[in-house]
Amino acid sequence: MKILGFDSSGMVASVALVEDDLMVAEYSVNYKKTHSQTLLPMFDTIVKMTELDLNEIDAIAVAAGPGSFTGLRIGVSTVKGLGLAIDKPVVAVPTCHALAYNLWGSDRLICPILDARRNQVYTALYEFKDGNLVTLKEQDAMDINELIEIINEMGRPVIFTGDGIPVFKDRITETIKVDTLFAPAHLNRQRAGAVATLGMIYFKEGKGETSDDIKPIYLRKSQAEREREEKNGRRQFD
Amino acid sequence: MSVNILAIESSCDETAAAIVTDGRIVKSNIIYSQIELHKLYGGVVPEIASRKHVEKVNQVIRAAIDEANISWDEIDAVAVTYGPGLVGALLVGVSAAKAIAYAKKKPLVGVHHIEGHIAANYIENADLKPPYMCMVASGGHSHLVHVLDYNKYEIVGRTRDDAAGEAFDKVARAIGLGYPGGPKIDKLAKEGNPHAVEFPRAHMEDSYDFSFSGLKSAVLNYLNGCQMKGIEVNNADIAASFQNAVIDVLVDNSINAAKAHGCKSVALAGGVASNSSLRDAMQKACEKNGFAFYKPSPVYCTDNAAMIGVAGYHEYMAGVRHGWDLNAEPNLPMKTI
Repeated sequence: MKILGFDSSGMVASVALVEDDLMVAEYSVNYKKTHSQTLLPMFDTIVKMTELDLNEIDAIAVAAGPGSFTGLRIGVSTVKGLGLAIDKPVVAVPTCHALAYNLWGSDRLICPILDARRNQVYTALYEFKDGNLVTLKEQDAMDINELIEIINEMGRPVIFTGDGIPVFKDRITETIKVDTLFAPAHLNRQRAGAVATLGMIYFKEGKGETSDDIKPIYLRKSQAEREREEKNGRRQFD
Repeated sequence: MSVNILAIESSCDETAAAIVTDGRIVKSNIIYSQIELHKLYGGVVPEIASRKHVEKVNQVIRAAIDEANISWDEIDAVAVTYGPGLVGALLVGVSAAKAIAYAKKKPLVGVHHIEGHIAANYIENADLKPPYMCMVASGGHSHLVHVLDYNKYEIVGRTRDDAAGEAFDKVARAIGLGYPGGPKIDKLAKEGNPHAVEFPRAHMEDSYDFSFSGLKSAVLNYLNGCQMKGIEVNNADIAASFQNAVIDVLVDNSINAAKAHGCKSVALAGGVASNSSLRDAMQKACEKNGFAFYKPSPVYCTDNAAMIGVAGYHEYMAGVRHGWDLNAEPNLPMKTI
């Protein structure tokens, strides 16, 4: 089974091809160019390098969110276009699930954190049980202090991964009460290899969908919607 | 052999796809309009527009291909709007178009949105050929363009502040009509007296540029003045008088520029070009001055992908090809000489 993986949810652009137990190719770039400029040329490089016939692909996995709204749309729109063109299903992989999968086999509590601005992180909590990723707390946007409190209450050793580390490392170190690790360079950002590997599991579980239906997982409404709801909410109490 | 273009447009609040043959024949033209969604906010909200584009982009592309009853083998190139427009909105169409072109091994042709609006005129006017003078007026753009060839332009006038459509939206809001203002003012103006209030027309010295912010302020000041004096305002008269002032400027500048540049034809393009009074006034002025007059049907005036397919065809024939690194360019300039 051949699965493509795409991740443009954060600063990293990443593309991978996974065939059963083998990662045939993975290409990640964490550079200032926009994903619109990098993602498809990177994919083209993989296709050429591995002499890939797109018709042999079984499904296309994408980090569907949370993450940068624009980044998610570039990734999801690209996958939609590919899925439509080669008539193959797509799999939405939650960004935090894929990030946690970078740390496969760890016996710690796994905590991906993505910088969500305004002192918030997109985060979730996981553990590995018999090689399976188990979700302890679903993806959500929350205040970093609230997250640290939750982890302190759980009282288990933890490992953090994700682009929230450089932003919140000091805060975490100051207030965390459990044994804490931060994932190293090769495991602390989004990787399409993990998206494709996890995507394959989901696909086998029947979680593939059509390229028409897949949507980004924003976890947040647009500012205009939030302000409108707040305004309407206030009116009700007037 | 005919040339078939799959065209995709997502620069603002319309998700659209079309199949166009030989730059003139529209085989399909699918438009998903988000207007109802944005009415709640009194204008286009970029983040909401971008989200809706992602939800609809594949559906409109699939519908365009189905309705044209065309196979992928018959499609020669994929054309997509890559600017100007809302960057988040543009990126959806650009990303999907690139992926489709890549996977189907088709050439990719990026198209300028305004060049698309101008090209809409070729769909129903088989006799229209460059050179001619084109007035492009929409919610985001107001340009007077000397069309020298199918893909060669000279901008001879532009708005110095608000776009014409923007002025329509703002005045519509002021008289309680809501968004989008253009069609609502057009409709209400039919019941009003266009000479009830003589609002100012801004004519720039030695230039075909225009300005609508002064006119907009004049309307708002007039409304405030009436309110303070307790004078009841006839909204239909305001709509008609305001619209008349906009049309005067658009028509005068178009005719003067066409004369100065030795054009034989004048065309309209853009969302505001669907305004019935503007179409009538431009028609009359052209007849009076001996110009042939061209305009697209209203469906090709507002944002659509058929026009992108027409412009894309001419780019494709001229050898334009874009790479897989094509990016959305919110401020993309026109290909001027």
